[in-house]
Amino acid sequence: MSARVLKPEEYYIEEEPFYQPIGDEIEIFEAAYTQKLPLLLKGPTGCGKTRFMEYMAWRLNKPLITVSCHDDLTASDLVGRFLVSGGETVWVDGPLARAVRAGGICYLDEIVEARKDTMVVIHPLADDRRVLPMEKVGELLEANEDFCLAISYNPGYQSVLKDLKQSTRQRFIALEFDYPDIELEISIVAKESAVDHDIAVRLVKFANMTRNLKGSGLEEGASTRLLVHAGKLITSGVTPVTACKSAISQALTDDADMLTAVNELSSSLF
Amino acid sequence: MLPVNRDQIVETLDRILEVEFSFRDTHPAAEQISCIDLETQDYVLNWIERIASTNIELAFQFANRVPEMLISTDQSTIEAWALHSMDIFDRKGLHKALQVMHESDQFMQRSHERAVGAVLEDQLPVLLPFVQGLSGRKLKIEEGELTYTDSETLFLPAVLTQLPDAKDNFRLYKVMIAFLWAQNRFGSFRIDLCSVLDAHEHAEPFLHLFQAFETERLNACLQRELPGLYRDGQSLHHLIDNLDRHNDWNNYAAPLTSESADVTTSLELTYTHFGKVTPHTPYCYQGILDPYAVATSMQARIEKEKAQLRIAIRQMIDDTEQHKNKLNESSEDEESVDDLNQDDLNQTAQTTDNQQKQLAAEEVPDNNQPDGIRIELSLDDQPIAPPENIKGLLTSIVQDLGEIPDEYLVPAGDGEYDPKLFLDQHKDPDNVWSGTYHEEGAFLYKEWDYRRQHYRKNWCAVREMSVKPVYDSFVDDTLNKYKGLIKHLRKTFEALRDEDRMLKRQAQGDGIDIDAWVEAMADAKDGSEMSDRLFTRMHRTERNIAVVFMVDMSGSTKGWINEAERESLVLLCESLETLGDRYAIYGFSGMTRKRCELYVIKEFTESYNEEVKARISGIQPKDYTRMGFAIRHLSKVLNEVEAKTRILITISDGKPDDYDNYRGEYGVEDTRRALMEARQDGIHSYCITIDKEAREYLAHMYGAAAYTVIDEVNQLPLKVSNIYRRLTT
Repeated sequence: MSARVLKPEEYYIEEEPFYQPIGDEIEIFEAAYTQKLPLLLKGPTGCGKTRFMEYMAWRLNKPLITVSCHDDLTASDLVGRFLVSGGETVWVDGPLARAVRAGGICYLDEIVEARKDTMVVIHPLADDRRVLPMEKVGELLEANEDFCLAISYNPGYQSVLKDLKQSTRQRFIALEFDYPDIELEISIVAKESAVDHDIAVRLVKFANMTRNLKGSGLEEGASTRLLVHAGKLITSGVTPVTACKSAISQALTDDADMLTAVNELSSSLF
Repeated sequence: MLPVNRDQIVETLDRILEVEFSFRDTHPAAEQISCIDLETQDYVLNWIERIASTNIELAFQFANRVPEMLISTDQSTIEAWALHSMDIFDRKGLHKALQVMHESDQFMQRSHERAVGAVLEDQLPVLLPFVQGLSGRKLKIEEGELTYTDSETLFLPAVLTQLPDAKDNFRLYKVMIAFLWAQNRFGSFRIDLCSVLDAHEHAEPFLHLFQAFETERLNACLQRELPGLYRDGQSLHHLIDNLDRHNDWNNYAAPLTSESADVTTSLELTYTHFGKVTPHTPYCYQGILDPYAVATSMQARIEKEKAQLRIAIRQMIDDTEQHKNKLNESSEDEESVDDLNQDDLNQTAQTTDNQQKQLAAEEVPDNNQPDGIRIELSLDDQPIAPPENIKGLLTSIVQDLGEIPDEYLVPAGDGEYDPKLFLDQHKDPDNVWSGTYHEEGAFLYKEWDYRRQHYRKNWCAVREMSVKPVYDSFVDDTLNKYKGLIKHLRKTFEALRDEDRMLKRQAQGDGIDIDAWVEAMADAKDGSEMSDRLFTRMHRTERNIAVVFMVDMSGSTKGWINEAERESLVLLCESLETLGDRYAIYGFSGMTRKRCELYVIKEFTESYNEEVKARISGIQPKDYTRMGFAIRHLSKVLNEVEAKTRILITISDGKPDDYDNYRGEYGVEDTRRALMEARQDGIHSYCITIDKEAREYLAHMYGAAAYTVIDEVNQLPLKVSNIYRRLTT
């Protein structure tokens, strides 16, 4: 199959993504969506925030426009800018403007990474005005009925400098995500990576060992995503110890002693 | 010139060993040294001199022994031996150090062992996270004569040399640790073994048999939980232990392999079979059981954790309560709440006030937990997620008791517990000095001894002290005195803050650069190549600087220098507040290595508040100028701050100088060394001084361009802020 080329606002998720609800997050999202309220997803990396967004986009049958924020992301990167084409300047919508026009779900991943001024452009969209001011063209873009704004943010590892401002956070319905409890996580790992139950149990045990080390040497424990990666390697015939080493330990830390310790933990388990 | 004959060596040794005063006979040593080749002679004499800088007797003994040792030992081992003996001298005095010198054979033996064996100290960075990752109560690891645990700390031998390979010895450590962890985790201490033993007439063999059974049970647990580790244990067992076990033993121990077996099963088996069965040879990793040590530490812990848990629960309930009240208040503010709702709210508020909150813990069966249960808390039948500290306490308590007793869940009443009971005690640094000195609770830092060409380990005992705030008009007076200057400083610093620039002619950007575009269009019409750099981009430079000011508080600053320092600090704070850079201020002073003091004037996390102002006003001249420790400690403080640029600025009035030899070259060299260490950590150091002779030594310490000498003391306040501005732009 050749790669498909799509406009961002045409990106519909066609197959149901696997998502295992932890609580009542689906109901809350749907309620917020019908009430036209923006959402804030909180939680550590790799616990399923992005997957949840994909699932909701599929469920609501709306296009999903994801923007991964970085520290150089400016307001124009979201709203749009003039480009030069054939001797004329042409306005090109940014992803946020596209979503607002087309009535899609715009998901701004890791919002605190973006610059402070970027945050301000989403403010009028995130309250009852639901408009996007486009200063450069001198227009106000009123949001489509179906438009929905969601942002995510990881409260765990941000420094004080990169905290979400109150004026921003108090506009959103917040959903908290965490690693699923043990039973659920085992079933997720088993389902996603097609390893047998026993291996999934051990992988989850290993993840909890690394989570015990959070704060005493590791910045963050192994996420569910990493477990799925390791599981997939195991399914393809890699030995569990090697799979844990490449998919999990190396991803968690560069510190040589810590790596050895984490590898010793995984080799104790298998 | 190199010494070549005996007489010349005698002469050199006499000089180094101060024979004039000490009447030592250097002839036999010189005789021997003269027999070795020239290059080695030089090496030996150099080391004798280095040791003599620490202690002459030590050097004398070294001189007498080293020629003989050179025959069989390589130089690096000899150096290690010499340094080790000097370390021992630093820590335990001459007698012990001489012992190291005399027992050179033993040192060689041990260094050989260390080469093939695993050394606990070296492996700790791996082993500690390993055991803490294994779940359960956070265990500590310490060196001990025997391998055992008191249920909080694992004690392990300092070196393991059972196996010829360092890697296998490390594996043995790992299995030992996991096994001791298993004793804690799988409830070996959940019975009162002490009273069982006290009641038994043959306590020792009984304990022995019990441990043998318990070991089999734990092996089975490990096999289920950590199969990889269990395999390691088995292979070590085959390598080390003498396998003379009777088949019968396995039959006796069979019930212990079942998942339902717990410590009482082991105890019952011990009662049944005591006197009839000889246990097998112990496993190489099982260590010993010390029920009395466990009982002692457990008793202390159970009391403490009960208190901690109850207080934490109270706090949690108070927090939820407050949260609720806040919600109530905010909804009262809203007009949309109709009267009916209001009544409801009031009613609920009243009932919660009248009734004691009902907290319940439920033990939910969960096969993934080693105890087979998981604790779920509920408050008034609503499940709640406990905060981290409560979670940790619950785990630890279940580990000891197997459940959460109901009385543990009653929130603590006011003043029910004495804080001493549940708080880890912090010693007040001010009280420490009132008794005789001791190093407990102090930060220990090394110090560079240039004559020894090596560090003195754990040499300086450093404490952070507080400055007594003085609430007077000093800060206001200063602000008044330098009114004009402050205005000027604010302006210049404000200009620094905003460094956004519009970059033109960029290949990418937010806007179109019309000038560039017009040019490009003209070029295109003209037929020449058109530039693609048509955009403007906003370039923002964020200042990301953390700076520590290290202020000399030695006795010599008494008078106007002290006043100038304080004024400078006030002006600095004013400037830095405009700029928004993160900064901390510490004063330093020392009186011998046992009493190195850093005075906290402003920490990074503090804001420039009234108390900080009062502390600046309260800066008093203290004792001497020992600098190395202050640089080392503040480097550590700086390294904990997240910033792109880290700066350490010293404001001083003279050379490093303290009792116990910290003067002249020694002090300068140690300070230089400390600054080098700081540089390796990526810290920029700068020195501002008012010592006119400073040029001689400051360039050596800080580097040619990293200091300023201020000639007039009263210029200090004017200059410091400007120097800072220059430094950071």
